[in-house]
Amino acid sequence: MSSASLLEAPPLAPALRCRDVRVSFRDHEVVCGVDLELAPGEWLGIIGPNGAGKSTLLRSIIGLTDFLGTVALGDGSAPGAADVALVPQFPVLPKGMTVAEYVLLGRTAHLGWLARESQADRQIVSSVLHRLELSAFADRFVSTLSGGEAQQVVVARALAQQCPVLLLDEPTSALDVGHQVSVLELVDDLRRTEGLSVLAAMHDLSAAGRFADRLILIDHGRIVAQGSPVEVLDADLLSAVYGTPLTVQTIDGELVVLPASRRREKEPS
Amino acid sequence: MADASLPATALADSDAANPAVGRAFGLSASATLIGIAVLVAVAVLSAISGAAGLPVSGIFAALFDWIPLLGVESSLSATQESILFEIRLPRLVLGMLVGGSLAVAGASYQGVFRNPLADPYLLGVSAGAGFGAVLALGFGLDLGWGPFDTVPAAAFLGALVAVLASMGIARGGGASPATLLLGGVAMAALFSAAQTYAIQQLDENRAREVLSWLFGQLNTTGWKEIWLLLPYVAVCGAVLFVHRRHLDVLRVGDDEARSLGLDPVRSRLTVIVAASLLTAAAVSVSGLIAFVGLVVPHIVRLLISHSYRVIVPLSALVGAAFLAFVDIGARTLLAPEELPVGILTAFVGAPFFALVLWRDRWSTT
Repeated sequence: MSSASLLEAPPLAPALRCRDVRVSFRDHEVVCGVDLELAPGEWLGIIGPNGAGKSTLLRSIIGLTDFLGTVALGDGSAPGAADVALVPQFPVLPKGMTVAEYVLLGRTAHLGWLARESQADRQIVSSVLHRLELSAFADRFVSTLSGGEAQQVVVARALAQQCPVLLLDEPTSALDVGHQVSVLELVDDLRRTEGLSVLAAMHDLSAAGRFADRLILIDHGRIVAQGSPVEVLDADLLSAVYGTPLTVQTIDGELVVLPASRRREKEPS
Repeated sequence: MADASLPATALADSDAANPAVGRAFGLSASATLIGIAVLVAVAVLSAISGAAGLPVSGIFAALFDWIPLLGVESSLSATQESILFEIRLPRLVLGMLVGGSLAVAGASYQGVFRNPLADPYLLGVSAGAGFGAVLALGFGLDLGWGPFDTVPAAAFLGALVAVLASMGIARGGGASPATLLLGGVAMAALFSAAQTYAIQQLDENRAREVLSWLFGQLNTTGWKEIWLLLPYVAVCGAVLFVHRRHLDVLRVGDDEARSLGLDPVRSRLTVIVAASLLTAAAVSVSGLIAFVGLVVPHIVRLLISHSYRVIVPLSALVGAAFLAFVDIGARTLLAPEELPVGILTAFVGAPFFALVLWRDRWSTT
């Protein structure tokens, strides 16, 4: 992988830049002029309530939906499947497809003529599986994997695309708490060792605070706050945006966002 | 098994160090060899069986005589040689081409429609071809042009019109697999009705001629049908072969396919056009041979792999062997009478189809 050169390159140009991105469905604007820059090696978290436009923003970056404005890589070109890899929220796991075949799908952007999988393709699949300690799973069917294993395999497919930018669309929403943490730790580990930049829509605010370098809070398609997790994970701000009272506490040095208890308010009545 | 707990340095980045990775990729080579062996065995069996009672040793001698520099002399009489080279071998080769074409078209349709029960006659191909043939035969249309006889030409045109109409209907609905299927159902119903009406208007002899064509047969006049079919097999077969990995990518859905760098609409359109042309060409020389395109990809899927990387090329081999084998039965079971081969494939295919429907663990792959 080209990780070394990525890390050594001076971080002048952003890995990804969005300028005034707007997405409309019929007459309704879902993303209303979002600007963002993703620095090389950075984990940028996008948070916001359901329907705020997080997924739609990611979909426009990867070209799955029409949008106005510009999405560009550091060199100004439009991103393709060799530049930006997506880990979808609810990946399709076809019946009868082996893990190795599934990870091979990540090589689609590198299909040669005659479409034979090259030795390089196999090598990449093999080393990605090895990197994620999934080698023993290679000939298992993806449809028979547990949720946590499956999500690791989806990450493996994204890695096989060999893209410098990884998009995660609420990657852990189908997982229990243990697997949520392990998948996010895996991505964080890959970010450090492979020099990836990560742009992740996240619904778990505490996890967002723990893993992201920077957070963007979106509401009704607009950025309402951005900055370090300490700045964005503000109880008053989050309570207003999510429409429910939230508290932010620091436990063992980590920010934890919790729903505020309403019991006290009810007691006097 | 590569043990994940081993230190990383103990594992080299190679298929050899990851036996499961090797297994997941390595199946197709041995399976292809077995497929070729089966095809050759069926071809030999087909060449030596038949009503004329050609001596087996003579057949081999005649075949080897054909290969230069081998110094083997044919021991067959001139009549026997012409039976072998002008009747038996063309029919064998035609059976293999038609069987391979239908199987590859079926595998491709199953891939693009993400439905294991899709078959080559899905988009109204059969009904359109039938209607074209009935019109040409029954009403004495002369569509013959150059080397093309009237019936194949009319069948080809009918199939093409039906497919294009199905796709035209579906374009209005966003060209999703579901709307294409429904467009095909509509076209098939329309053309079947037209075909039935047209047959009703024919006199008895012509109606019988049309029906025997509809049942599917592999009658040859020398090598003519093969030269007609070969360009389509070469071009469409190559297109489908090159798109086999696209079919795997399409299995994860259009959005993910696009995020992986595939244009799903263009891939689907290319595959549908190539598979439909291939089917129309096969139908135009052989009539309607049922179930080959449905059963053969399933056999490959059950025995070897669910990946279209493997299913598409192996379906060509297995389809060729399957139809050539069934045709031996069609030629010999009721000799000297001949069974329409389409009826025999249906006898084999229909129970298999039912089995696939009943076993639901097969039906959603």
